[in-house]
Amino acid sequence: MAPSDDPDRRDFIQGVTAGGLALGLGAATSADPPADVGQPIPMKLTINGQDRELQIEPRVTLLDALREVLHLTGSKKGCDHGQCGACTVLIDGRRVNSCLTLAVAAAGGQVTTIEGLAKGEELHPLQAAFIKHDAFQCGYCTPGQICSAVGLMAEGHAKSDADVRELMSGNICRCGAYPNIVAAVQEVQQLAAKENP
Amino acid sequence: MTPFDYVRADGPDAAVKQVVARPTAAFLGGGTGLIDLMKLYAERHDLLVDVSRLPMDKVEATEKGVRIGANVRNSDLAYHAAIRTRFPVLSEALLSGASPQLRNMATVGGNLMQRTRCPYFRDGHSACNKRVPKSGCAALDGVNRGHAVLGTSDHCIATHPSDLCVALAILDATVRTTGPKGERTIPFADFHRLPGDTPDRETALDHGELITAVDLPALPWATRSHYLKVRDRASYEFALTSAAVALEIADGVIKQARIALGGVGTKPWRAAEAEKALVGKKPTPEAFAAAGDAALAGAVPRQHNAFKIPLAKRTVARALAAAAAMPG
Repeated sequence: MAPSDDPDRRDFIQGVTAGGLALGLGAATSADPPADVGQPIPMKLTINGQDRELQIEPRVTLLDALREVLHLTGSKKGCDHGQCGACTVLIDGRRVNSCLTLAVAAAGGQVTTIEGLAKGEELHPLQAAFIKHDAFQCGYCTPGQICSAVGLMAEGHAKSDADVRELMSGNICRCGAYPNIVAAVQEVQQLAAKENP
Repeated sequence: MTPFDYVRADGPDAAVKQVVARPTAAFLGGGTGLIDLMKLYAERHDLLVDVSRLPMDKVEATEKGVRIGANVRNSDLAYHAAIRTRFPVLSEALLSGASPQLRNMATVGGNLMQRTRCPYFRDGHSACNKRVPKSGCAALDGVNRGHAVLGTSDHCIATHPSDLCVALAILDATVRTTGPKGERTIPFADFHRLPGDTPDRETALDHGELITAVDLPALPWATRSHYLKVRDRASYEFALTSAAVALEIADGVIKQARIALGGVGTKPWRAAEAEKALVGKKPTPEAFAAAGDAALAGAVPRQHNAFKIPLAKRTVARALAAAAAMPG
């Protein structure tokens, strides 16, 4: 889409590009929305340590930007309404639902997806533990489960198996691999606790 | 979602101006409610003004009370040391809601603006006076198992979904805002409106008025407070019934009681009559059962939700018993 020549539009785009300066629209006096509302805008996302420049509509969610624009299809679309957790990614180390996050709202944060957890060929300990404990069947929820578990460990509130179940409840597994998911998370947690007492 | 523009506000005043300038603009906080509803076409906005990075993200605890910035995330508030020790009911309510991911995203201001889970509101096309004024209410004679029994009207029986707000209702909270008419404070009891014949108007806020903080006064008795939530599954579900309670007990007698209900009201439901019924009584199961009866005295069931009335009475009684058993 070619950039608009409309001065308000240009100011708006520059405002967003500048990372938070809201120009142009604030001065609008007309009650009517502009006819070209919702046009693609430039944004810079940091995904798994890499800066990616995109030109997409503000209504594109982070999940759709990852999957459809950046072709990082590890993050899955289950419900698309924040109810299943398959889309879970980390922003600045905190687990969030990427289906309810606008891509443009994530600009400026460090996004980590399932593709960013392994170091080269070396799996993240949680990835390895999910394989060891057979913590999935179909695998569709697994990227979200693992990203969620990374967030859970960083939060540090889950001690018992019951805590893990409660604090992993934002990730639904329709194959019912829950017992093995809890075992995988607990093994990695306990190993981490031994290494960093 | 229908197309919309996006701006990141560089201050509360700028954000207010940007939303005021467009009648269908909205503030964007964590997005957990707003983006969901926009995907369902239950809400349409042509401009979202992102306020989520404004520096209203502190929890300031002093002897006089606690000021909670509107952008404090639910998870950060729930695990804050001052909240856990001084207002356990607030921490418990937050941790009973949604999922860890959603709690990491959702803001306190957004939670106050949370909208109903009524399926006829959310589906974007059924008759719903809240979504389309004067279009009717499909819930009145529809599947209304999840709907409210307190504060309803002939125009709307939608349940208020928040857990946090039920806890705030017993904590003498005030809501601080800035808007087109300047700054003001709103007592929490006046923040949410009853549906009446205008269920589309849910809060006291004007268009473009932004929540900046929630204030809690110091409440020494709030250390003995508790939130109990009853739902269809053990986690990650909205309340069928819930109760936020606090008790001040001295010399074996209740000096002061606070009770609010969730899952049963069209707004966070403070049960003042039930509170009065407990003052001067001994903390016994009989007194707590009577408080539960008093809290639901005005309840009006529909076809599928009558079960909520006895369930809510027992929820109140059990929450009070648990609070009474806490160290004071």
